[in-house]
Amino acid sequence: MSPSRSGLRGSVAVVGVGLTAFGDLPGRSARENLAEAAFLALADAGIDKCEVDGLFTSNFPDTFPCLHVAEYLGINPCVMDDSNIGGSVYVSQLQHAAAAIQTGLCNVALIAMGSNTRSKLKQTGVMDAPREHFKYSDEYKPKAPMNAYALATARHMHEFGTTRHHLAEVAVAARKWAQLNPRAMRRTPLSIEDVLQSKMVCDPLSALDCCLVADAGAAVVLVSSERAKNLRQKPVYLLGVGVAMTHAGIAQMPDLTTTAAAQASKIAYEMAGVKPKDVDVVEVYDAFTINTILFLEDLGFCKKGEGGDFVSNGNIAPGGSLPVNTNGGGLSCVHPGMYGLMLIAESVEQLRGSTGDRQVKNAQIALCNGNGGHLSSEVTAIFGTEDTL
Amino acid sequence: MIPSVTKAFPEDGPDKVFAGFLQNGEFKLQQCGDCQKHIFYPRIICPHCGSQQLRWVTPSGQGVVYSTSIPRGMAEGDYNIALIDLEEGPRMLSRVVGVSPEMVTIGMQVSAFISEIDQVKVVLFKPTTPKSEASL
Repeated sequence: MSPSRSGLRGSVAVVGVGLTAFGDLPGRSARENLAEAAFLALADAGIDKCEVDGLFTSNFPDTFPCLHVAEYLGINPCVMDDSNIGGSVYVSQLQHAAAAIQTGLCNVALIAMGSNTRSKLKQTGVMDAPREHFKYSDEYKPKAPMNAYALATARHMHEFGTTRHHLAEVAVAARKWAQLNPRAMRRTPLSIEDVLQSKMVCDPLSALDCCLVADAGAAVVLVSSERAKNLRQKPVYLLGVGVAMTHAGIAQMPDLTTTAAAQASKIAYEMAGVKPKDVDVVEVYDAFTINTILFLEDLGFCKKGEGGDFVSNGNIAPGGSLPVNTNGGGLSCVHPGMYGLMLIAESVEQLRGSTGDRQVKNAQIALCNGNGGHLSSEVTAIFGTEDTL
Repeated sequence: MIPSVTKAFPEDGPDKVFAGFLQNGEFKLQQCGDCQKHIFYPRIICPHCGSQQLRWVTPSGQGVVYSTSIPRGMAEGDYNIALIDLEEGPRMLSRVVGVSPEMVTIGMQVSAFISEIDQVKVVLFKPTTPKSEASL
């Protein structure tokens, strides 16, 4: 491990979490949802907004998200990052925020997002989406973004014998967790048969293999570990974070069955000094059911090609051997277009021990993996309680 | 000394050159003069070795389906979206036509031809006809 990387381990902690209601917030703008979540996260941390000197945000529609958010909240940050690598970006902003806090560039980092993509879709028929075009692909009219994931699914099925039944296991496990989460959007019972009979949207993916579209806001507050000890919430420490990418457009992905999560998690595991077997709870970016299978393989929870069997028989559902997507995931809890911050929020809440019916007993280490674009960017973050430092 | 950009790179970028070939009914790939690898999509620098010595070559037009899918509910009805591994190495996204989308399978041998989607010239693929069958 390089000394510069290892120095980040445990240097910062998440000390505040804020979430809006999830689902239909038809009277709200995206920025209003962000502002509510930011207010709640700062209140949770017991930190005044005037102390926020590092602002991290991102979204699809805006070109200047940091300027708008800082102006709206009435803050004056000296570190601003509204980069975009897809929905994984907020997880990558943990890396940027940790480095900025550790080097003294800022003291209080706010990572925040807000979306009204569901209401906008209902009201205007247009869904928030990335602005850029994929030349040499868009001419053929692939169905964005699920087409890229459908191609990855078909290849995984071809190479490893993964089936639609395996995919359905992922959707059903997510729903079972969602049934334990009062905030989750979809809590009605779901069977394997329901998923298999759901209409195809982009073969081999059906409607129930695809995530929700939700209005939501989320925010977290980070400070140095030193300061975290004196705040009102139990600190959740960042033990490791790794960022990697393989491509922008799906035609340039070297191997559709192995994502950059393999690279990203290697960096994060090394920084954190932990192995997959040490992880108590896992949150992965399940925009589509194939994601969970791909990421569990790439993160080292099972061998490549064995993800389908690994998720079977309720193994990642409540009561299974590995708790995965304990909030209900993008499939059954919430997906605001860019989901990464929800992974962080659930990881932190699990390590605080504050998640009620869905709480993983004695959770000490949580891993989350954000995905961006068309399986393009992957970011792994590993969190721990004070006992893991 | 930093070499002059205008001398180092052609005025018309490879996107424009490739579009010109397509307009003339030609499908061309780039090949790197240094590492010899073929490149798609067109670029001004080889993504493998960084060389700017790229030349246009005519590919065999033969490829193999790497993965396949069917977008549903689209305005023009169901069609195939596939990734094709070209004989020369690069992979491209395209459609396999001439058979129903469900009949396109991974590993299928396909041949390139130039066509149009919404008045835009594109490279499409159709299943390669076995030689014995073609000669009948």
